[in-house]
Amino acid sequence: MIKYALRRLLSTIPVMWIAVTASFFVLRLAPGGPFDGERPLPPVILKNLAAHYNLDKPLIQQYLLYVGDLLKGDLGPSFSSEDFSVAQQIMIGLPYTFTIGTAAFLLAILVGVTVGCLGALYQNKTPDYILGSLILIGVVLPNFLIAPILQLIFGIHLAWFPVGGWGDGSLKFLVLPIIVLALPHAGRISRITRGSMIEVMNQNFIRTAKAKGIGPRLTVMRHALKPALMPVVSYLGPAASYLLTGSLVVESIFGLPGIGRYFVNAALNRDYGMVLGTVIFYMVLIVFLNLLVDIAYAWLDPKVRNR
Amino acid sequence: MNQFTKKFLASAMLGTLLAFSAHAATLNIHNGGDPQSLDPQKLSGDWENRIAGDIFEGLVTEDAKDNPVPGQAESWTISPDGKVYTFKLRDGIKWSDGQPVTAGDFVFAFQRLVDPKNAADYAYLQFTIKNAEKINKGEITDLSQLGVKAIDDKTLEITLENPTPYFLNALMHYTAYPLPKHVVEAKDQDWVKIGNIVTNGPYKPVEWVPGSHVTTVKNDQWYGAKDLKIDGAKFFVLEDQEAALKRYRAGEFDILTDFPTDQYEWMKKNLPGQAHVAPFSGLYYYVVNSQKPPFSDKRVRQALSMAINREVIGPQILGTGELPAYSWVPPGTANYGEPAYVSWKDLPYKDKVAEAKKLLTEAGFGPDKPLHAVLSYNTNDNHKRIAVAIASMWKPLGVDVELVNAETKVHYDQMQRGQVEIGRAGWLADYNDPDNFLNLLVTGVQMNYGRWSNPDYDKLIKDGNAETDLKKRAEIFKKAEQLALDESAALPIYYYVSKNVVSPKVEGFVDNIQDIHRTRWLSMKE
Repeated sequence: MIKYALRRLLSTIPVMWIAVTASFFVLRLAPGGPFDGERPLPPVILKNLAAHYNLDKPLIQQYLLYVGDLLKGDLGPSFSSEDFSVAQQIMIGLPYTFTIGTAAFLLAILVGVTVGCLGALYQNKTPDYILGSLILIGVVLPNFLIAPILQLIFGIHLAWFPVGGWGDGSLKFLVLPIIVLALPHAGRISRITRGSMIEVMNQNFIRTAKAKGIGPRLTVMRHALKPALMPVVSYLGPAASYLLTGSLVVESIFGLPGIGRYFVNAALNRDYGMVLGTVIFYMVLIVFLNLLVDIAYAWLDPKVRNR
Repeated sequence: MNQFTKKFLASAMLGTLLAFSAHAATLNIHNGGDPQSLDPQKLSGDWENRIAGDIFEGLVTEDAKDNPVPGQAESWTISPDGKVYTFKLRDGIKWSDGQPVTAGDFVFAFQRLVDPKNAADYAYLQFTIKNAEKINKGEITDLSQLGVKAIDDKTLEITLENPTPYFLNALMHYTAYPLPKHVVEAKDQDWVKIGNIVTNGPYKPVEWVPGSHVTTVKNDQWYGAKDLKIDGAKFFVLEDQEAALKRYRAGEFDILTDFPTDQYEWMKKNLPGQAHVAPFSGLYYYVVNSQKPPFSDKRVRQALSMAINREVIGPQILGTGELPAYSWVPPGTANYGEPAYVSWKDLPYKDKVAEAKKLLTEAGFGPDKPLHAVLSYNTNDNHKRIAVAIASMWKPLGVDVELVNAETKVHYDQMQRGQVEIGRAGWLADYNDPDNFLNLLVTGVQMNYGRWSNPDYDKLIKDGNAETDLKKRAEIFKKAEQLALDESAALPIYYYVSKNVVSPKVEGFVDNIQDIHRTRWLSMKE
């Protein structure tokens, strides 16, 4: 298993190198530079800034310098935030993104699997229709629409939760962003679970379990749940990546200082260092999460484990 | 527990402590963008100025109405030729670490500002100081040649290139703030990090979470600390104005520094008296590429300008009542009086359109030969609305408009390269003086995106800036402004307004033309 994991990790190195190289050159080719803006800078200042960030050197030399620093573990300076390096900014944003993303991930699994199982157990009955409709709202409505609605209802009118911000990091600040982030994934997980569970429940070993007189709840918990979760686990890798990397809208609407916002702001500001830094960070994260999913898959399915 | 987790927990605990310890008089300000730095020589935005002006103080500072008042200097004298300013520093002024603020700290800061190796974006704002420009351009390498000298620890002498009537206003700008020489020299680039930074303003920063907020607390070493009514402020980063308004309604913000214009009517009804819309020293305008035919023809530029129905833009298109602009310098600008206006300002709109049609016909355009124009603007809903409206106003003239929008960086890159025909631009005054606007049309100035060039205009601006008599200076400047307007050098559209929302709990907030509201002048009701 360790050998398998190491092989997987090594195989990602060329992919990451290609991605870094492509990002580096595409960014430099994009029109507009990091120091363009409403107020143009005097040429002498531009020259000094370019020299400071190595932008006065030939492109290939800039690239080699960047890769050299990267191999030493240095993500370089940020062009738009001079008081923090790229690595420092990522380390500052990570706890916020990670807290919200992880909580949303767990909530999505809990709600999604529970609703999916109930839907399967009450297939084509009233609870199935009600839960199915509710969960469909989460899937269909984009989070930039749900977030303001929840802010209005629970933040302004009912005043149960703060409308935004991190505050002191207490749960009341996190409830709304976590729900908004988790909802679409909870919906998708519930649909996958429901479909998979219905399929498993029709299989012979479940019929055998039922014939032995085991109740429906026990049948589900003891025999059906594990195999029914296989497709869910496949979905968890991309879902986790999305939750940790795609929380931009939620971070923006709720004013949370996570990494997602850095990425878009950096791209708009042509902050080359920050864009590349976040691209690399996300790539590493996605590789790691996919690896975790593979391990979980192997744990659930003996056939994969013994391969 | 690793370092990273410790830091995270520590910042969360600090936030909690600050929240509780200063709850009663902490001002929560929606501040828009993320500050680039806390180093006053590395800033460029008004959101950064709000923080910098609370934590640093220059020789001269602003009162609640944005008038210059003594800051770190208790008094000053000006030589009869208007070129030498001698400042006497207050007794007992200190940095937040208890070290004295000396004239040497000002000399150090000014030298650092103009030193080209520091690449301070806004160094040019202090180019009125003797040799500042030459040092910044690398023509002089000896920093001691700068016209800023410490006579002793408490006396500072600044010599200017020319008498400059707005110099005291320019000293209120963050480029003129002193720096703690003892800390900058000891910590180098890290001097500005929380934990190292020391400041000389009413407040000092104690926390900065990029993407979230900067927290300040009262600086007990500041000479007026005992009179401060607000214990500290939290400057929140949030660029989504809709979300900011919701947080204001929920009581999470005390001041919004901007709001969605389409919410103004709703606010007037539901938050009466809280939305402050006031004249702001800024101009929204279109540049026309004067180097490119047919826009090099004055008649074409004037026709386009005359056909813009400015009266509907503020009230109807933006909804916040921005006033129509028929001058280049906004009314109310200091050292100027009433600006010059276009000669056709008071014509009825239909007459303006008729005259515009006539001008275009004379220039060779009409129904058989429509004028094709590309109108470029940077991505923003309001810019788009205005561009669409103006395109429709030009349609009756037979002008066929192609709208092009681009990100801000791309848009200004193209403007600087002269790649636009008609382009959207705006200018917010750095200091309260007509020169700050008139300079935008001088030949060769980088911000002269339309590349309009007129030697007479350039001479008038130069003569005006050399004139010591304020009245005569204003007259010369007005001639220059009239010349630019007669030539339709660019198309002024509206004067900006400042848009704040202020909670009824906050007292002392005074609307002013520079939209500067330092926390030191504010207080909060219990």
